[in-house]
Amino acid sequence: MTATDVTLGAQSQATAADVLRSPRATKEGRWLVRLSVFAIVVAWTLPTLGLLVSSFRPGSEIALSGWWAAIAQPFRSQWTLDNYARVLTEDGMFGAFVNSLIVTIPSTVIPITIAAFAAFAFAWTRFRGRGVLFAVIVGLLVVPLQMSLVPLLRVYQATGLTGSFIGIWLAHTGFGLPLAIYLLFNYISQLPRDIFESAYVDGATPFTAFTRLVLPLSFPALASFAIFQFLWVWNDLLVSLVYLGTSSDVAVLTVKLASLVGTRGEAWHLLTAAGFVSMIIPLVVFLALQRFFVRGLLAGSVKG
Amino acid sequence: MLGALRDLIVAAAVTTLLWLGLRFLRDPEALAGLGPTAGKLAQAAVALVLGVGGIWALYMVANSLVEHLPARMVIVLRPWVFVLPAIAIVTLYLIYPAIGTFMQSITDVPEGQGALANYTNAFADEDVRLAIRNNLIWLTVAPAISVAIGLAFAAMVDRIKHEALAKSFVFLPLAISMVGASVIWRFVYAWRPPAQPQTGILNAVVVAFGGEPIAWLQEIPANTLALIMIMVWLQVGFAMVVLSAAIKGVPHELTEAARIDGASELQTFFRILVPSIRGSIITVFTTIAIGVLKVFDIVFVMTGGKFDTNVVAVRMFDEMFRFRNFGQATTMAVILFVAVVPIMVVNVRNLRRQGIGS
Repeated sequence: MTATDVTLGAQSQATAADVLRSPRATKEGRWLVRLSVFAIVVAWTLPTLGLLVSSFRPGSEIALSGWWAAIAQPFRSQWTLDNYARVLTEDGMFGAFVNSLIVTIPSTVIPITIAAFAAFAFAWTRFRGRGVLFAVIVGLLVVPLQMSLVPLLRVYQATGLTGSFIGIWLAHTGFGLPLAIYLLFNYISQLPRDIFESAYVDGATPFTAFTRLVLPLSFPALASFAIFQFLWVWNDLLVSLVYLGTSSDVAVLTVKLASLVGTRGEAWHLLTAAGFVSMIIPLVVFLALQRFFVRGLLAGSVKG
Repeated sequence: MLGALRDLIVAAAVTTLLWLGLRFLRDPEALAGLGPTAGKLAQAAVALVLGVGGIWALYMVANSLVEHLPARMVIVLRPWVFVLPAIAIVTLYLIYPAIGTFMQSITDVPEGQGALANYTNAFADEDVRLAIRNNLIWLTVAPAISVAIGLAFAAMVDRIKHEALAKSFVFLPLAISMVGASVIWRFVYAWRPPAQPQTGILNAVVVAFGGEPIAWLQEIPANTLALIMIMVWLQVGFAMVVLSAAIKGVPHELTEAARIDGASELQTFFRILVPSIRGSIITVFTTIAIGVLKVFDIVFVMTGGKFDTNVVAVRMFDEMFRFRNFGQATTMAVILFVAVVPIMVVNVRNLRRQGIGS
């Protein structure tokens, strides 16, 4: 798992980076580099900044001047929280926010639990068909989830699972499992053999060995996958749209936001506020857990 | 014996509780008395206890039951308590539907036509061909631009102060959903008649330079590129992080030797650095390529596939929910599958070669 050692920021000792920083680089060259970096940073930040600024402006103001004009003259512009009050209540973003939490947390915990148990069994127990089963599960990484949509929808409609939370939990679990098992197996199978042997000598069962040893020791891998899966589910549109639907009592943030684009296409004060409501949790997760976030991202880059 | 009986009763109780809880969640009237906000939060609490606690309760119960069997059976059965849930879910959610999708694409055909009718009809359909063509444009443009910008940024940011800070800004969009990104960029692309002030920043720039405002989402073929840029905006951070880590891993001696031999900055970059991190570049390229082939949200939210911007995944959704033509929908899925598999194989092989997850 070399990928998990990667973090943002400088960490090199004597690498290519130092050489590039060597005095041979010309003064003009250094300014060019700084300028290019700055240009990209600005280009990558402005779109989100525009959303954030506009979400605090009255709709009438947004139509009259660009958001950049408003921050250029912050005291001559009008600011308001009404947009948020309105999207959270009238447009149902509060309900959708809670629905997103209801969908996302179990959809993260369930696959991790199932995958950790399975990865432990694949790595440290013996049973018939172990190798074949593991190969099949990892092989499923290549199957895009679109391959599941139609037959699964028919099963869900027949069993009444469409529009139910348990239905979407299990769907996200199914789509996340191959990657989760693959990643957790890679980690759990590398744990030292001795710890299991001494635990069993002390009378531990495989179940207690799993809960007391494997889970705590695998924390970095569990956390990385948890963050990746959390963001994947929170940001998902397609699976929620197909299996959970657009009715207000279950619709998640992405579904609600997508439908607001349809109904309030030009009401930018509302769209921007609703957009920011849908992003706040992932952004907080990102800022708080950047290190695990990067690991999870690198680890999860093969999700099918 | 008594212990076994006790565990059986516990098992029955846990299953019943879970079942009742799930029924309760489905009942819209259940929490109506609490009022909308409190009711919603109470529902969330119940759902979280059920979803998170339930899965653990089930494993504990299953394990405790198995422990009561004769010792030889325990050894054989216990691993299955751990793997069977995973195998059951994977079978039900991935294997069975994948086979079902494939079968339906060759059996659910229009009356009196052959097994491949869905495929020949798809490739004969003007709109489907357009969607496939657009997917190919996405595939050629999005990964290449993302890798190019990500690589350039990773190489440059290495040499400035505040490296971590600069990276965070480029990285941040990765936390944002494609739907959220679509809203952000709809606002960037916003168009208003020339007489009115432009509120979209892109058209404001165009007008400031004396141009006419452009309806970015309606002008063909600029609109497809406008959509692709959203994907690039989201993915450059990913490319940058992976490639930056790779660049930092390139041994000092390698680049230094090149310099001593008189190589210029650009020569060192293209002849030494880029070949050294080839594996990481392939990883990033193929990962973004797979995401691009399956792209759905951006097109669905921005244009709904109108103005010649449709892609295969959106077309599939339309076949399912607008045309109710499930034979055609499954055909779209198989087309996507066939396109994704070779890229995925390259990706996984490449990851193994680098020792990531091997």
